[in-house]
Amino acid sequence: MNDEKVRGKIQDASKRIHNFEEVELGYTKEEAEKEAARCLHCQNPRCMKGCPVSIEIPEFIQAIKEENIEKAYQIISKSSSLPAVCGRVCPQEKQCEAMCIKGFKGDAISIGSLERYVADQAILNNLNTPIMKEKNGKKVAIVGSGPAGLTCAGDLAKAGYDVTIYEILQKAGGVLTYGIPEFRLPKSIVKKEVESLEKLGVKILTDVLVGNTILLEELQKEYDAVFLGTGAGLPKFMGIPGEDANGVFSANEILTRINLMGAYKEDAKTPIKKAKKAYVIGGGNVAMDAVRSLKRLGVDAHILYRRSLEELPARKMEVEHAMDEEIQFDLLTNPTKILTDDNNNVIGMEVVNMILTEAGEDGRKNVIPDENSIHTIDCDMVVMALGTNPNHSALKESNIALNEKGLIIVEEAKTSLDKVYAGGDAVTGAATVILAMEAGKKAAKQIMEAIK
Amino acid sequence: MYKIISNKKISENSYEMIINAPLVIEKCIPGQFVIVMGKEDSERIPLTIYDYNKDRGELSLIYQVVGASTEELSTIKDKLYSVAGPLGNPNEICLNTEDFKDKRICYVAGGVGIAPVYPQVKYLNEKGLNVDVIYGARSANLLLIRDKIEKVAHKIRYATDDGSFGTKGFVTDILEKNINDYDIVVAIGPVIMMKNVAELTKKYNIKTIVSMNPLMVDGSGMCGACRCEVDGKPKFACIHGPEFDGHKINFDLALKRMNIYKEEEKEKWNQMKKTLGGLENE
Repeated sequence: MNDEKVRGKIQDASKRIHNFEEVELGYTKEEAEKEAARCLHCQNPRCMKGCPVSIEIPEFIQAIKEENIEKAYQIISKSSSLPAVCGRVCPQEKQCEAMCIKGFKGDAISIGSLERYVADQAILNNLNTPIMKEKNGKKVAIVGSGPAGLTCAGDLAKAGYDVTIYEILQKAGGVLTYGIPEFRLPKSIVKKEVESLEKLGVKILTDVLVGNTILLEELQKEYDAVFLGTGAGLPKFMGIPGEDANGVFSANEILTRINLMGAYKEDAKTPIKKAKKAYVIGGGNVAMDAVRSLKRLGVDAHILYRRSLEELPARKMEVEHAMDEEIQFDLLTNPTKILTDDNNNVIGMEVVNMILTEAGEDGRKNVIPDENSIHTIDCDMVVMALGTNPNHSALKESNIALNEKGLIIVEEAKTSLDKVYAGGDAVTGAATVILAMEAGKKAAKQIMEAIK
Repeated sequence: MYKIISNKKISENSYEMIINAPLVIEKCIPGQFVIVMGKEDSERIPLTIYDYNKDRGELSLIYQVVGASTEELSTIKDKLYSVAGPLGNPNEICLNTEDFKDKRICYVAGGVGIAPVYPQVKYLNEKGLNVDVIYGARSANLLLIRDKIEKVAHKIRYATDDGSFGTKGFVTDILEKNINDYDIVVAIGPVIMMKNVAELTKKYNIKTIVSMNPLMVDGSGMCGACRCEVDGKPKFACIHGPEFDGHKINFDLALKRMNIYKEEEKEKWNQMKKTLGGLENE
């Protein structure tokens, strides 16, 4: 019996490298129902164990089979406040789908695509999230409107808490808005998800930098609890010569200009540097987002990564999409110097080949430079996608406990400060959207237990 | 949205805008800045806080029209889409006035740099510190808010390149003549002026604070566009600054980094002028 998964349509690579429209087009009704029909409805659903926010996966798939999208949406919404986001950007192949029993012999159920289908239908048909409980009069402040903050806000609002989110940028969403590109997560979808939280009564105050506009200490006084979901922080640079050249950017800057400020649009007021040939240094999801964005702007866009394809930390699907888009992967190579002209413009890079050695404690192979291999390559843009260092702007004048890396220490989401909880990248260092959501969810649960 | 109380021209190419933004100024101390957006699709423009009235919740900004985005800002009369702040750190002297009571302080302002200098001098004056000001511009008509700064400065001296007002020459000429009168210098203005002041004061070993205004996007440390080299290390003006030790800043690098988007900005400016010109012809 042919039991392959149903593949949703995707925008052809040759076409999509010229636009910022979504790559994955999503299931049609027929496709979704056909895929849902493959689910075995196991007695003991392993998929749920793979889901960080424990969505009742077999139940919502059953509802799709029954053609009851509203029911499917209600089931997902019980566990997730951002299903249209998760359906798109969760690494399902490492989570729910990795646990699916069908995956052992063939294709796992495409849970992510089904989740997205339900969420998109809900948006199209203006379906409402579950009825909330009566207001309990307890107030919670959330610092940062990224995936951790939005999830925490959603869960608390549904349980009757009065939630206010503080956000420094002009729009809510955090990395969903400034970081993840339109072709992977349309901003209209993020906006809809945020609006559905506002319908639950969540207030969002933009233009506010906690630590400057209002102090954490004041939030502690004014609210019954505070959740810090301030995100990953300051972009890292390598510390090599030439890094301050005109044409060296952090991936965050490139992505913020493109996504938040719309610099890819013809009539945009925020500029993006025109480049002929760019190297994005790094191999994570942020590197993939940056390189694929640059490709769409007509740049000859390369990834430069010091390890090999196998160690590449980005999600497999993103790497495949990037390769289909003819992004060049220059592997086992590391920059040692950025070369500039007299005006400080980037004209190339000095790089060294790397040699793989034994795996380290984390199971990933280490690399050492082959000092005899130093050579130069031409380019006029270099983008650093190397991760981040913690940003303590919001914590000013507080004596919150931090670990040796400068990340906030939590125990069951609770920080060392009275009433203050934290989660997401501010606690773990740069990770994924779904892990931040899981942390937001966990914090919401702890807040509900502590403040009734 | 933030209500614009007024937005008017105060010189050839400078404007003063007063905005209702009580939360933004509630905690501000001179030295900090804001990021404004005219409309939903506008650029984020960092501007130092020029004046504020905490009772009325009013924030005043002075900006120069230098490109398409500031030109757009000058045409907005009703409401601003976004005003975020106060961002960055307060001026060190304003933050710890007690520590500087016995110091002889001189502020050096160049051109529109008087806008961030004014609130600091006013603040210190209110705290009982006597502060001198040296203020320079290309020509007399580009010297802004003279009446206001004269009210709060202990002693004020002017320099113009063309000699149309005050001493003919540069602010550094006046500063050098009087260098023995000061323990601390705060210089705010064009990068080249701050560089020249810092080079001068370094010779005399006088502590010098400068305020950097590099290209910036989010203003909260997330993008790194505003990095400056301080003491050989990259620092972000938005969260580590905007004020730094003038003797540790790599000004030459700062000057070069200001040109990153020169071509792109010129193109947008030309486009905009064409559109504006087109409208006028109709």
